[in-house]
Amino acid sequence: MLVLEKRPTPSRAWAWGTPFLAVALTMVAGGLLFAALGKDPFAVVRTIFWDPLFGEFAWYLRGQLLVKAAPLALIAVGLALGFRAGIWNIGAEGQYIIGAIVGASIGLAVYPTESRWIFPLMIAGGAFGGWVWAMIPAILRTRFNTNEILVSLMLVYVAETILSKAATGFLRNPEGAGFPGSRNFNTYKAASNPELFAGSGVHWGVIAALVVVIAAHVLLQRHLLGFQIRLAGQAPRAARFAGVSAERLVVFCMGASGALAGLAGLFEVTGPAGQISIDFNTGYGFTAIIVAFLGRLNPVGILLAALLMALTYVGGEMAATNLGLPSSAIRVFQGMLLFFLLAVDVLSNYRIRLAPLSKEAR
Amino acid sequence: MDFYGINPAVLIASLMVAAVPIMLAAIGELLVEKAGVLNLGVEGMMIMGAITGFITAVHTGSPLLGFLGGAAGAMVLSLVFALLTQVFLANQVATGLALTLFGLGLSSLMGQGYNGIKPPRTPHLPFGPLGEIPFLGRVLFSHDAMVYLSVAIVAAVWMVLRYSRAGLILRAVGESHDAAHALGYKVVRIRVMAILFGAAMAGLGGAYISLVRVPQWTDGITAGAGWIALAIVVFASWRPWRVLVGAYLFGGITVLQLNLQAAGARIPVEYLSMSPYLITILVLVIMSSGRGRASLTAPASLGQNFHASR
Amino acid sequence: MKGEVLLGVEGIGKSYPGVRANDDVSFAVGTGEVHALLGENGAGKSTLVKMIYGLVKPDEGRMSLRGAPYAPAEPRAARAAGVAMVFQHFSLFDALDVADNVALGMDAPPPMRELATRIREVSDGYGLPLDPGRLVGDLSAGERQRVEIVRCLLQHPKLLIMDEPTSVLTPQEVAILFATLRQLAAEGTSILYISHKLEEIRALCDAATILRRGRVVGSCVPREVSAREMAELMVGASLKPPARAAGEKGPVALTVEGLSVPSPSAFGTSLKSVGFEVRQGEVLGIGGVAGNGQDELMAALSGEIRTAEGAVRLHGRGIGHLGPNERRKDGLCTAPEERLGHAAAPDMSLTENALLSGAVRKRLTRRGFIDWPATRAFAGEVVKTYDVRTPGIATAARALSGGNLQKFVLGREILQQPEVIVVNQPTWGVDAAAAAFIRQALLDRAAKGAAVVVISQDIDEIMEIADRFAALNEGRLSAPVPVAGLTLERIGLMLGGAHGMHVAEGAIHAGA
Repeated sequence: MLVLEKRPTPSRAWAWGTPFLAVALTMVAGGLLFAALGKDPFAVVRTIFWDPLFGEFAWYLRGQLLVKAAPLALIAVGLALGFRAGIWNIGAEGQYIIGAIVGASIGLAVYPTESRWIFPLMIAGGAFGGWVWAMIPAILRTRFNTNEILVSLMLVYVAETILSKAATGFLRNPEGAGFPGSRNFNTYKAASNPELFAGSGVHWGVIAALVVVIAAHVLLQRHLLGFQIRLAGQAPRAARFAGVSAERLVVFCMGASGALAGLAGLFEVTGPAGQISIDFNTGYGFTAIIVAFLGRLNPVGILLAALLMALTYVGGEMAATNLGLPSSAIRVFQGMLLFFLLAVDVLSNYRIRLAPLSKEAR
Repeated sequence: MDFYGINPAVLIASLMVAAVPIMLAAIGELLVEKAGVLNLGVEGMMIMGAITGFITAVHTGSPLLGFLGGAAGAMVLSLVFALLTQVFLANQVATGLALTLFGLGLSSLMGQGYNGIKPPRTPHLPFGPLGEIPFLGRVLFSHDAMVYLSVAIVAAVWMVLRYSRAGLILRAVGESHDAAHALGYKVVRIRVMAILFGAAMAGLGGAYISLVRVPQWTDGITAGAGWIALAIVVFASWRPWRVLVGAYLFGGITVLQLNLQAAGARIPVEYLSMSPYLITILVLVIMSSGRGRASLTAPASLGQNFHASR
Repeated sequence: MKGEVLLGVEGIGKSYPGVRANDDVSFAVGTGEVHALLGENGAGKSTLVKMIYGLVKPDEGRMSLRGAPYAPAEPRAARAAGVAMVFQHFSLFDALDVADNVALGMDAPPPMRELATRIREVSDGYGLPLDPGRLVGDLSAGERQRVEIVRCLLQHPKLLIMDEPTSVLTPQEVAILFATLRQLAAEGTSILYISHKLEEIRALCDAATILRRGRVVGSCVPREVSAREMAELMVGASLKPPARAAGEKGPVALTVEGLSVPSPSAFGTSLKSVGFEVRQGEVLGIGGVAGNGQDELMAALSGEIRTAEGAVRLHGRGIGHLGPNERRKDGLCTAPEERLGHAAAPDMSLTENALLSGAVRKRLTRRGFIDWPATRAFAGEVVKTYDVRTPGIATAARALSGGNLQKFVLGREILQQPEVIVVNQPTWGVDAAAAAFIRQALLDRAAKGAAVVVISQDIDEIMEIADRFAALNEGRLSAPVPVAGLTLERIGLMLGGAHGMHVAEGAIHAGA
């Protein structure tokens, strides 16, 4: 019989080892899933995990990895700050949408003016939009003790409705022959977020993601606020004893994650997506939850996790076109990854011991 | 007494139908939370129930088997949650979210090739002449069995929690798992059973959406119903009868806004379609602040994991 | 031995990782005997009784009950065999009423209405009145214990295990409890009585088995030996009482006046117009039974609950509106009762826990950035100065024993050289050597001119170190009186006598 035994001190080795174990287990379980779908599991796993990095089209796909990893990392770092403090913002998808809409509106409002101030202003607008959307659950929690999980999630549905109104109504391209969708930012230089080095995939969002990862790492490791965030999540009463204001933490963490999600939305809509359309959002706000946990709520880990998750997106698309793998199989695969991670996480806090049955049954 | 051409009897009858999925899911989650477990995977379990129920019904031609299949599908998925939180002691919030993300993906994978198919029709119960009574006949005696069953389940949960020893033990486990363990109750076993019951209810609710309410299969068919069910548990302050009220309230809002959209009311469509979510938020705010603070009536060990050390 | 052997324990042993909780323990309890299991914290008493009650399975050894082999697989089996237990940390449910709580402890409870009647009968019969309809969360600590006892008595146990039952009672309530236990013993029920309080055992018990570090180190008839002899067996060495310097007291350092605080928790106790003064160099002991407002008073003094500015004053300046860190800056340091989760974060290292309350006074941050080398140095200083036994300062707080963690927590506060220090239950669950060390450290700080407030449920502790004593009862604080010349009876009355026990007042005289 297996018995869990609490470790006196959490294991550092396992804290780093569990994500790798989870990835390995997911590959095995995913392989079984792909086999059940009638695909050659080895071919699928190679297409997802190997080809984008080292295959025939790697020169292009490596850039795509950065394009997909940047928004995931931006959002996940923000979420991780809150998750660490026990503040559960799961409405990043909504903040991402609203950030994109606010930022895009600024650019579209001044179309076709050319000025180098327009894009920075749009960035500020994107961050502000996400921040405002996240402030709703934050203030409801601090003022009325309302559950931020449910409120932030409900606001995703509201944001999606606003998005469909934007794409078909107030932001619709007046020269678009009545089709839904805004003007394309890639043809509006002052407001676009182009690739900075040809073929690299690096756009302003990638650079922002790197900066944010480093800043969050410093915050959590070196700054008192980061210490308070960790303390509040682990031992709320001890945090109060240490003089941490729970309200201020909620406002900070929700605000930061909202602003970062808004930024990610703005960079996406002005760059890779190109325009506000009914479905320009592809669920990054939810996938980022997986990324945050896979990265162990640690900014550097999140960066690696975002790259891995981007790999499953890029590789998954390849597998869809080349091998006919249903695109939803990749979402199942990502979900499995989170399950395995949560399961093996037990190893960092508990030892698994084999207890002889005879003794227990005595 | 019509307004915008909406007949009140039809409106009430259809709100009773619209309320079934969230009522089932919410009463299941209520029992789970009473046992001290916070399962945020209701949405994922519902959509799993929706697709497994749909597939079963399409292949067997039997709505009854469809509902059973829906309950079973959600229960299988919830076993993952039970294993992770009760055995591996994983964080309940994170695991619940994972369950929802996974369920949405898996249902979409399983549902490939089922788009556009009509499921077998779930018959209305034959009430004979009762259905002919003006107004009341349309409101009370024109439904399928699940409408009545969902109310019966709410009543049963209320009875069990209030009057039975099993209900007392369940509440005790949710109140203080350490004390319950000290008295020799099997905390983990009781919680796993509660999780399975909650999943069965969510699965039934999901199957009701794809078999009766819509009735067809599309990706993301539950559209947040699971989250609204979670909100209703808070609204109900963990009291079964209030789940009934809450579900009818939200069913009413959903039906009303759909009817208003169809009737071409002057309110923009966007406001109408976001109204259920906004009203959910509003209700949460009202219930969680002020005198009747919902948090005061929440089970004391809600969301905490139990590990019997020493 | 009185009567025939009821429970026999032979060669019982139990190991946990890194700890030998019980080793070759043998003893016997006779029918109708009150048998004491004596030992200090961590001696293995709780593990032993958990094995007798079926909560933990022994690794080796045998038990017998009335001559037949006895090996309960779970508490249900123990109860069926006639063994009942009253827990140290109550096994009660706050949000349920008395009758529900009693029913949960029974395997085949009668219908609720009948149960309520029987609760009334039994509780009145033993002088422990209870209202079956009340919510347990609203009861006093003594009444809560009564619920547990009545729950056991309804099942007519042959053996009643009581784990540290008097730690939550006033002296008057102890007297009533003892009367009940004697009545039970006279009716033929055996009682296994676990305690580390020697005088109680001498007053009540027929026989005693003494445990130290998991092993039986002696047995005796308590009435025939002195408390001192038992203490030396229990601790393994003679401890000297802390040295007090009878110095001059300085000016008033801390003033509390008209402090009224609603409790933040559902079943807490609100403070009602609490007031006292503490001078520099003085130790004020605040006694009281658990749940009479200690946590609320602590939170109001530490700054976790903010009050009117003038309700708490430091050197005459109002600080009631300030938070914990601002109060620390002004010289007020505190140490809450709950070590893991309140005074310290269980999963964080000792270094991080040193930062937790030391950041302000030890200047461990610069413009918000943490000075980790300085923090490590501070943590190391605490560990060294206060003899904290730990593999290192990178160890998680939860890995330390209760006594060592408490030394760390108090050391952390005292090394910040506070002008006023407030501690709640400084030696709760701590072994005797560490307790003596901690008390001495508090007295030393007072001797250096700090005002010290000790909130404690342990009357002996207050008598040992305090200059003046005040009692907290249902959120009200009595006027402080000098400790010198106080009698136990007077203290008991200050603590509220026997809470809600007016019916059975005669028992006080009968028992005492």
